[in-house]
This record gives sequence, C-alpha cells and structure tokens, in this order.
Amino acid sequence: MAQTLYDKLWSQHEISYFEDGSSLIYIDRHLVHEVTSPQAFEGLALSNRPMWRRESVLAMVDHNVPTRDRDKPLEDEEARIQIETLYENVAKHGLCFFDLFSLSQGIVHIVGPEQGFTLPGTTIVCGDSHTATHGAFGALAFGIGTSEIEQVFAAQSLIQRKSKSMRVHVTGRLQAGVSAKDLILAIIAQIGIAGGTGYVMEFTGPVIESMSMESRMTLCNMAIEAGARSGLVAPDEITFAYLKDKPLAPKDALWDQAVAFWRTLKTDEGAVYDKTISIDASKLEPYVTWGTNPEMGGPISSFIPACKDASCARALDYMGLKEGMALEEIPIDQVFIGSCTNGRIEDLRQAAFIVKGRKIAVSLRRAMVVPGSGQVKKMAEDEGLDVIFKEAGFEWRMPGCSMCLAMNADRLEPLERCASTSNRNFEGRQGAGGRTHLMSPAMAGAAAIKGAITDVRKMI
Amino acid sequence: MQKLTTHKGQAAFLPLDNIDTDMIIAKQYLKTIKRSGLGKWLFADMRYDAQGKPRPDFILNQKPKASILLAGKNFGCGSSREHAPWSLMDFGLRAVIASGFADIFYSNCFKNGLLPVSLPPEAVEALAARDKDITIDLEAQTVSCDDLCFGFKIEPDNKKTLLEGLDGIARILQQQDAIKAFEERHFAQQPWLRKGS
Repeated sequence: MAQTLYDKLWSQHEISYFEDGSSLIYIDRHLVHEVTSPQAFEGLALSNRPMWRRESVLAMVDHNVPTRDRDKPLEDEEARIQIETLYENVAKHGLCFFDLFSLSQGIVHIVGPEQGFTLPGTTIVCGDSHTATHGAFGALAFGIGTSEIEQVFAAQSLIQRKSKSMRVHVTGRLQAGVSAKDLILAIIAQIGIAGGTGYVMEFTGPVIESMSMESRMTLCNMAIEAGARSGLVAPDEITFAYLKDKPLAPKDALWDQAVAFWRTLKTDEGAVYDKTISIDASKLEPYVTWGTNPEMGGPISSFIPACKDASCARALDYMGLKEGMALEEIPIDQVFIGSCTNGRIEDLRQAAFIVKGRKIAVSLRRAMVVPGSGQVKKMAEDEGLDVIFKEAGFEWRMPGCSMCLAMNADRLEPLERCASTSNRNFEGRQGAGGRTHLMSPAMAGAAAIKGAITDVRKMI
Repeated sequence: MQKLTTHKGQAAFLPLDNIDTDMIIAKQYLKTIKRSGLGKWLFADMRYDAQGKPRPDFILNQKPKASILLAGKNFGCGSSREHAPWSLMDFGLRAVIASGFADIFYSNCFKNGLLPVSLPPEAVEALAARDKDITIDLEAQTVSCDDLCFGFKIEPDNKKTLLEGLDGIARILQQQDAIKAFEERHFAQQPWLRKGS
C-alpha cells in the first residue's frame, strides 16, 4: 500500500503494537539540555536503572546560559546549580557533551543538525517542544516531557499513539523579502495554533523542494506552534549536500549506503493524507504577529482585526494595541535576532543584508544578535557579519536560547516591545509584561533600523 | 505514581482559550532540579501582583482548595515542560477539564497522575455555572455535577495508567527483549546508526 513519509518512519521504528492502539517506538537520537533533564537523571538514579544506550545522547547547555561574560562566575545561583547538575550527570554516564566553553556549544536544535547528529530516517527526541525542527531532514522528531526523557534513558523507547497526517502543500514562489518564517506564520494564522493538534505535518511542493535546509528547519521548528508535534520534509539532494562531511554523519561506504536508503524516504505516489492544505507562496507578504499567540498575526500591510472573543481582547490589552491599528509603524524598544527558529547562518546573513551600512534607531533600548551556536558564530565572524551588526549598533552575543524564553539575564522589562525572530509571543515569554512581535530576521533587521515595525521590502 | 479512580472536589473556572505552558508555570521557575514545590508558582503572573501579593480577583486565590480546573480550548499549548503538570498537581489539582489539550501537555499529565478531560465548551461552561463540587468517575468515564452528567473519551492505555498508578518505565522494560531484538535488526539495516554521538 502507498505510504506517506510519516507512515514509513513510524513503521521503521515500531517495536511492538498493542491491542489498545498504542505502539512502542524505538528512539535513535536523544538531545539533552540542562533545564528538563535533572529530574530524569535523578529518577534513573533513584530507581537504580542503567542508561540503555549512551551513544544515543548528545548533551549541551543552552536554555539558561549567559550570552556574555562567560569567564565570570554565574551570578544566577539556580541556573548555576542546574548547569553544574548537567555537568555531573554527563560525567557520571559518560555522555557526549558540549560545555559552556566548547566552540560547538549552542541551542540543541541548531547543534544537532550542524554536527550531523540529526540524520534522515531517525527518530529524535528532546525535552523541548521545538524538537520538531529536525523533521526538516526527514526524521521523526518530537518534544517530550521529563518523564519520557527518563524512559528513553532507561529503555530507548516510548509508548506512543500514531498521529494523523497533514500535508501542507506550498506552490508558487516566495517573493523577495519573504522567507520561511513568513510562510510558517501565515500557515499558523490560517489553520490556528491548534489546527495541527493530533497531526504530523509534512511540507511539500515546489517552494519546499527549492528551500535551503536552514529554511526547512525554520518551517518545521514552528509546526509545534500550529499544535503539530512534528514537522516533516522529505530528504533530497539539498539534505544530503548539507549533511556530507558533518562531524557525526556517516563517512565513505557507509555514507553511500545511507544516502541510498535515505532516497527511499518520501511519500509514495497515491498515498493518502488525513488532511491537505494548500498555500500559494507567491501571494505572501512578510508576516508579523500582533497578539499573544502565534496565530494572532497578519501580513505587514494589514490592520489589527476586530476581536471576536475574550482571548483576543485580553491579548490586545496585554499588547497595548487596539483593533484597526496598522501593523506597520508600531514603535519598538528592543530587537532580538536569534533562537532555534532563526539563529542559523542564513538568518544572520538575511538580517545583515538589511542592516549593512545603516544604524539602529536611537530610540531603541537594545538590539542584539545571539547566534544559535558557536559554529554559527564563527561562520558569521569569518564572513564579517559581526562587524556589520556591531557597526550598526547591535550587541553581538554568545550562543544560547537567550531572549527567546528569557531564562537568563536577557529579557524585556514590563511593557517593553520587541521585534523578535523567536517562536512564541505568549504573555511574559520574553520577560514579565514584555510584548513580543514575531517576524523574520530580515524584518527584525529592518525594525531595528526604523525603530518601528516596517515592511522590509521597502529597504531592499 | 498517584492513582486516580474517582475524584470529587471543588472546581475553579479559568475562562480562557489557549492557556499556554508559560502562563501555567513561567520560565523563571524552571531553574529547579526537583519536581516538587512548584504549586506556589502556578499561574504566578496572574495570581500575584508586581509586589508578590495575591490578587484577590484571581480564581485560584478565591478557591485555594480547588482540585479541578475548568478551562477553554487547547489547554497546555506551548512548551514540553513537565513543570506544567508538576505545578498543577503540587497546587492540589487532580484533573483539568478543558475543550481540548495540546499533545505534549496531554501526554505529560498521565506520567504524573493528573487527569485531562476533554469536553465541549458548552459542557465546561455548564459545569462552571453550577459552581458546586464535581465528581469524576474515571472507570465509568463520566463527569457529574448536580443534575449534569457528561461522558468523556480517554485512550485505554492512559486510563489504565491512572487507574492503577502504573510506572511507565516498568511497563516498557517488560518489553526489553523485544527492544534488544529490534535494535539489532535496526542497526543491521541501517549500520550508520550504530555509532551515535
């Protein structure tokens, strides 16, 4: 029978099927960070269970690490304890680990792919919802809670129920100044933040086929913001070219064997999805959110719509905005370029292209670039992007999750408004009382120059 | 893990859709290496003012003994943080009745003895309007209050987990021979996966 890519990945990892409709699924790869893992390691120790397969783990610190002054002792006592706890746990179990001073340290979802740890056809989990990112490689990747982290440590498998499949078919062509971020924000606005709940979302069509891996990762990363636990893109020549010679990717004969297998990882002709939606990319404008969840957004030329429910009214009140206002020219206080959504080299290049030779608005309290990993930071510095950003007035920081979730010192003050390339605009996400507008790196770069939300297409 | 068979308790209604995990437990409280003690930070931004004083108009300040939370659509959307169910449980809640749940939150509940019940918005609102103790019978899959009674759906394995208070790892490890056999087959087919990190 014709199978979807998801069907194939599922059946290739199904250890057992139970009569109650659940399955035991084998997990190939496990990314671990400091915030959601301590209780899982503790649980393993308390129950005196060994780790099933330590080679399946790649660990690093990312969520609450400082993005400057790393040579100084960490002032935040709780963050320090959490980081040190991970140091102790990886040493105890002999896990592969990038510490705070490693050149490869960074956000789990940026580091996994760039190390070649993320491979097509694998199952990948992490105690973080943005694990969906790795689906860009044709891997079945999803976020899990701490109890499931412990289960994977102990048994390399999880009891799961197969999701439904949704195809998101993207035709046409993205216009200049419009990126994968705009596309995924448009998809979320169309289907809603629960529109993908219970589904795995496969992105198909000519726009996806010609996209870079970085853009595919941005798309899959935010599948979770539409409620889909996983996003997927079938691996192809672009995928293989990205992975070739990555440190942990297979080499030589194993590489050839792997690529031959990976070529089979695509949806068969005639396979049936539970749901299909289509989007014409040619008509898309840059997207910006105005509310407090990712579906509350619209094209840059649009106006804040009239509210139909209490959640919307609450969102506008929180954001300090009113219905009927134009999105363009809303003034901002901060700009954040980074995160697992948009902290990759392509993102920094796109923002730098807009910022080059210009200065950030004097009205801004801060604009910062936080590269997604040490590798991204180095690549950007080799290309001179750091100089472009610094000359424009941006701060150039060390890698980490930073102000995407503001667990470290990088955060908004109450009522501050931020143009952000991150993934969530929830109340308080970037700091208690802070107001977040999600957008692409190019749009965030343009907002920094203007001091207000603006249409980047006017600056190209 | 705590069992749950039937539960009767006071309900608190938070009439909002898309209550996200950042609202349930904000990131500044995730820097713990323990599972316990998070109840006092549940819904902190809504529950306390800037000086840290409880806001008298917030429902959980009015009903600190509530053991059932009623809410709108898509409860628990956002991050995978298990601190969300931990904080709800630590506050004293045993069940959340809402019109739909985000996938990861839903699955995290069953690892912690918290029952997520999905009911249509009209049913949730009717239960809230009664403002009387609610009884949940997991075996019968019903929620009742006063003269109201609603049935709900739940996956058989999730139901069993709560009814018996099962340890998920012990259940999986009963399959360890199957896991080992699968692993050998899997690595034989895809030998490049053997190496890992």
